[in-house]
Amino acid sequence: MLAENLLLLLAVLPFVGAISAVTMPVTARNAEVALAGSVMVAGLLALAALFGDVTAGQVVSRTLSWAPSLGLDVTLRLDGFSWLMLLLVYGIGLLVVIYARYYLAPSDPVPRFYGFLLAFAGSMVGVLIAGNIILMVVFWELTSLFSFLLIGYWHQNAGARDGARTALVVTAAGGIALLAAMILLGQAVGSYQLDDVLRAGDLVRGHPWYLWILGLFLLGAFTKSAQFPFHFWLPNAMAAPTPVSAYLHSATMVKAGVFLLVRFSPVLGATDAWFWIVAGTGMVTLVIGAVIATWRNDLKGLLAYSTISHLGLITALAGMGSGAAIVAAVFHIMNHAVFKASLFMGAGIIDHETGTRDLRKLSGLRHAMPRTALLAIVAAAAMAGVPLLNGFLSKEMFFAEAADWHNGTWLDRWLPYIATFASVFSVAYSLRFIAAVFFGPLATDLPKEPHEPPVWMRRPVEFLVAIVLVVGFWPEALIGPILQSGVIAVLGGTAPDYSLALWHGFNTPLKMSLTALVLGTLFYFLFSKRLSQANEAPGFLSKLRGQQVFDRLMLVVTRKWPVLLSRVTGSSRLQVQLRMVVLLSLAAASWALWGAARLVPQGLWDSFDPSFALLWVAGIACAIGAAALAKYHRFAALALLGGAGLVTAMTFSWFSAPDLAVTQLLVEVITTVLLLLGLRWLPKRLQEIESDRRLPARARRAIDLVIASACGAGVAAIAFAVMTVPPGRSIGDWFRGNAYAEGGGTNAVNVILVDFRAFDTLGEITVLGVVALTCYALLRRFRPAPESVALPSQQTFNELPPINPAREAEAATEPTRHDLMMMIPAVIMQWMFPLSVAIAAYLFLRGHDLPGGGFAAGVAFAIGLLLQYLATDVRWIESRITILPVRWIGLGLMIAAGTGMGAFLFGYPFLTAHAQYVELPLIGTVPAATALAFDLGVFAVVVGSTVLMQIAIAHQSLRSARLRARETAEQASPEDAAEERGNRTKEQTHQQEGA
Amino acid sequence: MELTLSLGIGVLVASGVWLAMRPRTFQVIVGLCLLSYGVNLFIFAMGRLVTGAAPIMPKGGFVNPDAYADPVPQALVLTAIVIGFATTALFLVVIMAARGFTGTDHVDGKEREQ
Repeated sequence: MLAENLLLLLAVLPFVGAISAVTMPVTARNAEVALAGSVMVAGLLALAALFGDVTAGQVVSRTLSWAPSLGLDVTLRLDGFSWLMLLLVYGIGLLVVIYARYYLAPSDPVPRFYGFLLAFAGSMVGVLIAGNIILMVVFWELTSLFSFLLIGYWHQNAGARDGARTALVVTAAGGIALLAAMILLGQAVGSYQLDDVLRAGDLVRGHPWYLWILGLFLLGAFTKSAQFPFHFWLPNAMAAPTPVSAYLHSATMVKAGVFLLVRFSPVLGATDAWFWIVAGTGMVTLVIGAVIATWRNDLKGLLAYSTISHLGLITALAGMGSGAAIVAAVFHIMNHAVFKASLFMGAGIIDHETGTRDLRKLSGLRHAMPRTALLAIVAAAAMAGVPLLNGFLSKEMFFAEAADWHNGTWLDRWLPYIATFASVFSVAYSLRFIAAVFFGPLATDLPKEPHEPPVWMRRPVEFLVAIVLVVGFWPEALIGPILQSGVIAVLGGTAPDYSLALWHGFNTPLKMSLTALVLGTLFYFLFSKRLSQANEAPGFLSKLRGQQVFDRLMLVVTRKWPVLLSRVTGSSRLQVQLRMVVLLSLAAASWALWGAARLVPQGLWDSFDPSFALLWVAGIACAIGAAALAKYHRFAALALLGGAGLVTAMTFSWFSAPDLAVTQLLVEVITTVLLLLGLRWLPKRLQEIESDRRLPARARRAIDLVIASACGAGVAAIAFAVMTVPPGRSIGDWFRGNAYAEGGGTNAVNVILVDFRAFDTLGEITVLGVVALTCYALLRRFRPAPESVALPSQQTFNELPPINPAREAEAATEPTRHDLMMMIPAVIMQWMFPLSVAIAAYLFLRGHDLPGGGFAAGVAFAIGLLLQYLATDVRWIESRITILPVRWIGLGLMIAAGTGMGAFLFGYPFLTAHAQYVELPLIGTVPAATALAFDLGVFAVVVGSTVLMQIAIAHQSLRSARLRARETAEQASPEDAAEERGNRTKEQTHQQEGA
Repeated sequence: MELTLSLGIGVLVASGVWLAMRPRTFQVIVGLCLLSYGVNLFIFAMGRLVTGAAPIMPKGGFVNPDAYADPVPQALVLTAIVIGFATTALFLVVIMAARGFTGTDHVDGKEREQ
């Protein structure tokens, strides 16, 4: 059980660390390093504890339920191969964390860096230990995403943004292909569990979908591992901070592709198609990467192409797929990670201490930084495959496989020559790296005076180089068992014969190595001058620019085609767009319902109630009137709209829906007030728009009238057809039958809202709160139309200016016409406040058993408050009652969610309600369901939201009053105006606190 | 009554759709309100028209579903009314801001070119 829990810890810890990391202050550099470092150390300890199980050939796995209905489980699975990869992720992760502490500038925000880095580590761990192939793809895409974020860490730099985007598009597109492949694979095998898939090799290879699966799978693996022709994203990703390049783009993430190739080679491999595509692509990438690397002038660019080349080597080995080739591939994955990470860190040190990465500028650094030079030289020698270093061993294995393994194809015969040819260039670029940077006279024109880096920036490199040496000398002792268990995990059962000895005699591979070393050295010394003068690539390869093809493609697909499409089909005018939408939905509905017999009306006059018909005569008149008047007579239209709303409310009450009737009535009131408040800021239309009478406008209106009538007729026909058919059994029956038994309330509507479907209601009130806050935020910077800044005529005492200018000041303090008009209603409205509170409480308390509930009570309470605003003015009311609508919203949401979470205490799922009745003295039996507490939350959110929206609009009057005052003051004297502006800011701050 | 109500729903929807396609923002907001009445009534009508039988259940015992109104459409419409109010408010704020910004109440933010 311990092993299973450790496995879970491995997967979860980095994500927990990432979340903690992003919450730390921006300057907490050391704390971030301690956090990230301890996550990595904990991971390493867990791996150490699991080592015994894994080397014994066991597979540790743990399954958590994810979506059982879809057959998806979170299965984690650890074997020797993933253990070995995890060691790289956590081990190099630890070194990178330490290194980055000294690499990043004090101005770089560290929480973001370490948060992303940890999240990336978690995703990578997920890819490696996912026991379900769909889960694996999920983590796979997460690594692409965090790679994107890390490449774009310095997002102020355009190169970083472009590089990040390219990497994301290429690798995430590959991820989608991989997802398709995994779905096909899972369907072919009949299970998405990795263990089942790994056992089903023969089935898959014989399946008719095999080529599809293989193609899509390889698309995913090749894009991630930067194989030709998708390699171009990797050099661009070098815009990332160097620790990221060292970690993601050499040691871990790009290895995910080859990890996948090796992992699935027993399933998909050993066919002709596999050999040709995988080995072929690998060899092409090996050669192209090595050749281009030789020509690169940028230190990191050289390393990036070298990485591409080495990934090609591993891919080629996976393509051969023999036992010994897999051993070599696994071994080289580790070796390459070690020496390349140290080289990237070395390059980072050089960049950090000299201010440049240009090989043409750098020179003679061994004088300025001898220790760094020594480290980098050893690592670069390992990259070149110099004997007694780790790179040499795995490269020898590759050569041996290239020479000894045969399947009789021409590619197979040429393998040793191609391998040697590529190796010549890998010697040449390694030599260039060493010679150009560290030898020769010390460069004098560097941006910074070069010197040794801080000790702890060098320590990780020293550690890695020590591994390079130790593995080079005593391979069996250090990594023999790890490699053994990794290879057994891939191949299953038996490991092939292989030997990690240094000396195998003077055989073919050694001859190939020596040839490459000699020719590579010769090549470099003959052409070193020309290398730096050529433009980053030899002539024939400079034409081959994957990046340009990619850019062209992106331009066409994401810009040209959409523009073309919108030009052909679209219009920027909203009316045209909306007309198209309406027509489309009309057409879709007609198409679906064409020929439906039930739409032919039957029994038209079966039940006819003249009084109900009369009600709707009024309703229809109101609707048509509102439609006709909305343009020039807004106020009248608003009144008619209210009429239609009232008819709707009455219809609800007519047909046994008292809850709806109450709510509709209350909402009607508040909507009307809201629209009236809005009308204050929508200036009156004083004269008719000229073009309205012309023919085109009339034609448009007529066409729209036809369309709208068709829509209305259609909806009416469907409504009638449905209503005249008996209902049959529905889910409503269950709710009716169980409202009291299960929900403890007799009002089934309310029980559904606060108990059965409380989760939906929680969502609803959240939306309500969000909308209210949005309204508030939008109005914070509201600029009214200039025509409506002036005081409306109702609020001025007299339309005419005072006759005697001397009395002007006096006139300003006199009550306005509005004040006089409102004197008596104001008193009534103030008296109504307690009454409205009582009504709200009444509606709220009876809600569970009788019509009412949180929604209705909330709106009723809001209306009570609103009346007070209408009765007096904003200043008067706010000096007497402090209303903090935002807190109401927050509290309400907390109450609702808290009630839901209360169910956890009793071991029930979220939002499980409990109901009982409580006997209170004087009041009697009161329902005390937990649903009532939930309803209280609903009530508070509704009150808060409604009041917040209304008050936000009402406060605009205050702001425009200040605007007027400022304009007057500015005309009088500029200094006063400045002072007034200062006051205004203060007042605004105050207002924000208040609201 | 079914006929009357379907006619009513039809007129509400037709007026709403017609207004929604008009060029002035206030017309659109009135149109959306009318449309939401129509749609709410339509959803409500899917539970069939029942008179004199509110969805208030007895306390325990056997419940005959046919004797009470269907609560599901009612619950749906109840939340729709409140959310509808919220979106109306949001839309109102947007058109107020747009009027201030663009100096016109045309939905496109500029008057139609002649």
